[in-house]
Amino acid sequence: MDNGATSPLAARGAARLTAHFWMILGVIIVAFPVYYVFIASTHSVQTILRPPLPLLPGSEGYENYRGAFSGEIDRIGGVSLWRLLGNTTLIAMGIALGKIAISMASAYAIVFFKFPLRMACFWLIFITLMLPVEVRIQPTYKVMVDLGLIDTYAGLILPLIASATATLLFRQFFMTIPDELLEAARVDGAGPWRFFKDILWPLSLTNVAAIFVIQFIYGWTQYLWPLLVTNSNEMNTIVIALKKMISFADADTPWNLVMVTSVLAILPPILVVVLMQRWFVKGLVETEK
Amino acid sequence: MANIFLNDLRKNYAGQEVIHGITMTIADGEFVVIVGPSGCGKSTLLRMVAGLEGISAGTIEINDKVVNDLEPRQRDIAMVFQNYALYPHMSVRENMAYGLKIAKMPKAEIDQRVAKAAAMLELEPYLDRKPRALSGGQRQRVAMGRALVREPSAFLLDEPLSNLDAKLRVQMRLQIKDLHQTTGQTMLYVTHDQVEAMTLADRLIVMNKGVAEQIATPHEVYMTPASEFVAGFIGSPAMNIFTVQVEAGVAVLPGGHRLPLAGLPADREVRLGLRPEDMEIVGDDTPGIPVVLRSVEWLGADAFGYGMIEGSDVAITLRLPGSTAAARGQRLRVAPPEGRLHLFASDTGKRL
Repeated sequence: MDNGATSPLAARGAARLTAHFWMILGVIIVAFPVYYVFIASTHSVQTILRPPLPLLPGSEGYENYRGAFSGEIDRIGGVSLWRLLGNTTLIAMGIALGKIAISMASAYAIVFFKFPLRMACFWLIFITLMLPVEVRIQPTYKVMVDLGLIDTYAGLILPLIASATATLLFRQFFMTIPDELLEAARVDGAGPWRFFKDILWPLSLTNVAAIFVIQFIYGWTQYLWPLLVTNSNEMNTIVIALKKMISFADADTPWNLVMVTSVLAILPPILVVVLMQRWFVKGLVETEK
Repeated sequence: MANIFLNDLRKNYAGQEVIHGITMTIADGEFVVIVGPSGCGKSTLLRMVAGLEGISAGTIEINDKVVNDLEPRQRDIAMVFQNYALYPHMSVRENMAYGLKIAKMPKAEIDQRVAKAAAMLELEPYLDRKPRALSGGQRQRVAMGRALVREPSAFLLDEPLSNLDAKLRVQMRLQIKDLHQTTGQTMLYVTHDQVEAMTLADRLIVMNKGVAEQIATPHEVYMTPASEFVAGFIGSPAMNIFTVQVEAGVAVLPGGHRLPLAGLPADREVRLGLRPEDMEIVGDDTPGIPVVLRSVEWLGADAFGYGMIEGSDVAITLRLPGSTAAARGQRLRVAPPEGRLHLFASDTGKRL
């Protein structure tokens, strides 16, 4: 009897240990390169180039970061780290907010208004899912050139903000809003704008937060489009600048600064995820349809 | 205060007419219940009055003003929805105040009206809660409160009690009745529940397939149903209705039994309606309907006997006193008291 009572518990303990072993292993595999980037950013170029790279932080960390922020990056890439971070933040924010604004507005129109060719509009938006930026890159580039938007923030942001995915997500969510809620608002005298502002928007916050996170990271990590549409270093994003920094011969690359820039390129998306995650949870707990 | 006048109101959906011309006047302060089976068009009719559904033909007048093309908010009505449709992210107070806030009413007056409605509906302890933290009955009261604070000309209620459990439904029914008596407001109430219909209404509209079969007081509807549909729909258990052949003042029942009745028309085929409670047990030597019982349900105060007219396959329900000793398989002879029969044309279903 004793055996019968204890062995399942022991088995559960063992299973738990095994599960934890695999989870910890997984975390190490995923996190190690990121950790290594951080370690590398605290050593001098000489240490980095002379294998093996130490596994513990070096003493050059402060120097590297101070240098990166005070002119070292300017010397290599012709643009300050502050400017790069600013550019990228602006673009990522522009893309995320622009996408939310446009996709919410179109989903609102498609779900709550009856107008001719409503379904045609829906399918048109849907079809664009099959046409990501990369596919329509040449015509888009031509349009940007004709509009004189090369090397501008507008040129960097506008082609990326129309989003079928976000429109579809909002459409699905809006369709779960009961008709009676809309009718109650109409009886209460709320017009389309008030209904959106007072009822739909507060109920959508959870979705908005989720989409913001996804799209901010999408915008932050954009590579191909910024590469094409910017010529001047002043308009570079941090990802592009990173690429430019390592396009020299290996020995000439200031690896310590590259690593510093990498760490700084990773931080903001992490920050957004961590901060917005609290929002999600709050939204999930507090709103209900 | 408001009177409502519906004039030959019609509604088409994709060329299909679903409301076939309803005309009626609802007096100021009247409580009118629209009752009918599901799909009869009763909710559509209410939503047309509310302005949530377009009108295909005919007119609606509220306070002698045609409102066909007015938005719901311009019609001076308030509506209570079946699922309450409370705004989930607003507190009870905000839910009730929302319509007034949109109407740009001064804050002090909003507060005062919300306080008054909350007191009337015993919602004061819950004013700062979100709807999700309320029970079904409380949500229902918030929905009522949201309508009350607007002090509208007319209240429109769309099956407001159907999501509540039986006990709460009775309680809320009484509360709505009280509310109507205190406020004296015109109310238009949709339900499929005939108990609600009978107890609440000053007048009933019994609807079937988009037609108002009868518009009358509950008493009239019960005592003199205008059609076979109304007779079968109102009353529980349902009225027994079967076809009889009239021959020289005698009704020939299914199974060939002959029953002389007062008030029969000239020789023809008619539908005879007899309420379960209008069947008295008579002796074997008196003319009557022989019934073979198949089962008896004893409910305490009374009992329902379900049987067949002897020699036929026509089912018949009897209401028997609670003291009855009748049992399955027993043969009873029953006859309606004089004047308690309903006759309908066998083709149109109209009362004769």
